[in-house]
Amino acid sequence: MKGKEGISRKEIEHIAWLARVELSKKELEVFSKQLNEILAYFAKIDEVDTEGIPPSHHVLDFSNVFREDEVESSMSEESLRNVPQTKGRFVRAPRMT
Amino acid sequence: MKASGTRIGLEVHCQLTNLKTKLFCSCSSDYRGKAPNIYICPICMGMPGTLPVLNKKAVEDAMMVAIALGAKISGEMLFFRKNYFYPDMPKNFQISQYDKAGGVPLALGGFVQIDGKGVRIRRIQLEEDPGKLSYEGTIESSTHTLVDYNRAGIALIEIVTEPDMSSPKEARLFLEKLRSILEHLGVSDGSLEGSMRCDANISLKGGKRVEVKNISSFKEVERALSFEITRQKSLIERGLGVGQETRHWDEVRRITVSLRTKEEEQDYRYFPEPDLVPFVITEEQTRDIERRMPELPDKRRRRFIEQYHLLPQSAEILTRVKAIADFFEGCAKLYNKPIDISNWVIGELLPHIRDKSIGIDELRITPKHLVDILKLMDDGTISRETARFVLQNTLSTGKMPYEVIEERGVKRVVDRDYVKKMVEKVLEEHPRAVKDALVDRKVANYLMGKLMKMTEGRLDPKLAGEMIKRRLSELSKSATF
Repeated sequence: MKGKEGISRKEIEHIAWLARVELSKKELEVFSKQLNEILAYFAKIDEVDTEGIPPSHHVLDFSNVFREDEVESSMSEESLRNVPQTKGRFVRAPRMT
Repeated sequence: MKASGTRIGLEVHCQLTNLKTKLFCSCSSDYRGKAPNIYICPICMGMPGTLPVLNKKAVEDAMMVAIALGAKISGEMLFFRKNYFYPDMPKNFQISQYDKAGGVPLALGGFVQIDGKGVRIRRIQLEEDPGKLSYEGTIESSTHTLVDYNRAGIALIEIVTEPDMSSPKEARLFLEKLRSILEHLGVSDGSLEGSMRCDANISLKGGKRVEVKNISSFKEVERALSFEITRQKSLIERGLGVGQETRHWDEVRRITVSLRTKEEEQDYRYFPEPDLVPFVITEEQTRDIERRMPELPDKRRRRFIEQYHLLPQSAEILTRVKAIADFFEGCAKLYNKPIDISNWVIGELLPHIRDKSIGIDELRITPKHLVDILKLMDDGTISRETARFVLQNTLSTGKMPYEVIEERGVKRVVDRDYVKKMVEKVLEEHPRAVKDALVDRKVANYLMGKLMKMTEGRLDPKLAGEMIKRRLSELSKSATF
């Protein structure tokens, strides 16, 4: 992240492309402003001295949650009902290149 | 094909086909040949509020692979999200592992020996397979993708090598060896369609690294890499240079095509998967799995040489594919003639498999078939030539050898009267040769040849030889008087 320098218009366009979202000129304007405000707010965290402190990936203090390799009935019909568009039993999605 | 300064690295994805369920949910992994989207659930469909739970056996199987490849298993491993928007993953990310940004994959390092050369392993990690895409109508004109998520969430291990291979052939040898190791471990069946796939990195001296994706089988790897070497060589020779890029292997046209992807590694925005806690692997767990490790191809090869006194070359060929090594040992258990068996497996069975391009599991015969044939040959019931014929016949029909012998009437003839009759017939048909044979006994061999040809090699050769000799000496006596 850019911190104080903020995030450029070009970066927002790239992020929009990664998310496969088309933004209008006006939206680009609005999001640039909003995202930079959010980043500036979070930039406060950068002020904390984290030298020598190991990164913490998880806040929960436990590990090794496993399941056994046993088949349970899938909820395929219910799951398919949540799909916006189907064709036969296939999920239909826009073509992406 | 060998070009100087060629460096090839592979990224192999193997499904852990031995597992009954997916990596993070209890959906069945038995998706081949099934209707689309019958093994999907809120977890693998990425519904809000669901939590993935790691399959314990997947970790154990992956640990086995790591141990077999001599990799160092991490004391604590993490899962990371690889974010991308593409319909093959309904969550818009793939749960994977990462070796940067504080990520710790399952194992690092390792080594595979091929043809007197070592290929170093960089890392081994666990991740989920994406779903399968097809297109509505033709691939060119289609505006929509049809997705089957039965495969989404199947456990994969990703094995990344250092760029230590220098020819497409070495890449193939590496993959064959890897497949044999995985099959000996019993964690992945490489004969299942799409169970092993790979991407390749290749660079030539004077050029940048090119990544070739979408290689669907090991046979294609050699082709894709050979094509790339020719393409890159010609670019370098013409002074055009080779830039770093990702290309796609087009299996139909047998060429690589530039992908012009705008996505770079940083665009995947890897970050620790918050829904999965860290996994601690103790040394004791590693030792426990080490104790349960089955025999691996290198050890088995050495045992074949020691126990069965096979030539090193034969032992190497037999242990390249687990099913072939199993077939050989199955025969050797039934009949204590390992060297003959090895010769027949290598000399007759493997060419058949190669010619028909089938897997040994598609063979219609069992070790008992081959052993029965060898026994019938050794006790003189059939000749070597007939044994070959019977084997070919059982290979294509799956019939038991004795059935083929009965049906085809190819049993060796030991009936003296019949042999005598045939000998007389041959001598009658070749009067000039008989005359010569009376002067020069070597001509008898010619008559023997004619006799065997007439009877399709079915006569007992010892008996037939004696009969010709006897008849000739009778004739020579009567000619003298």
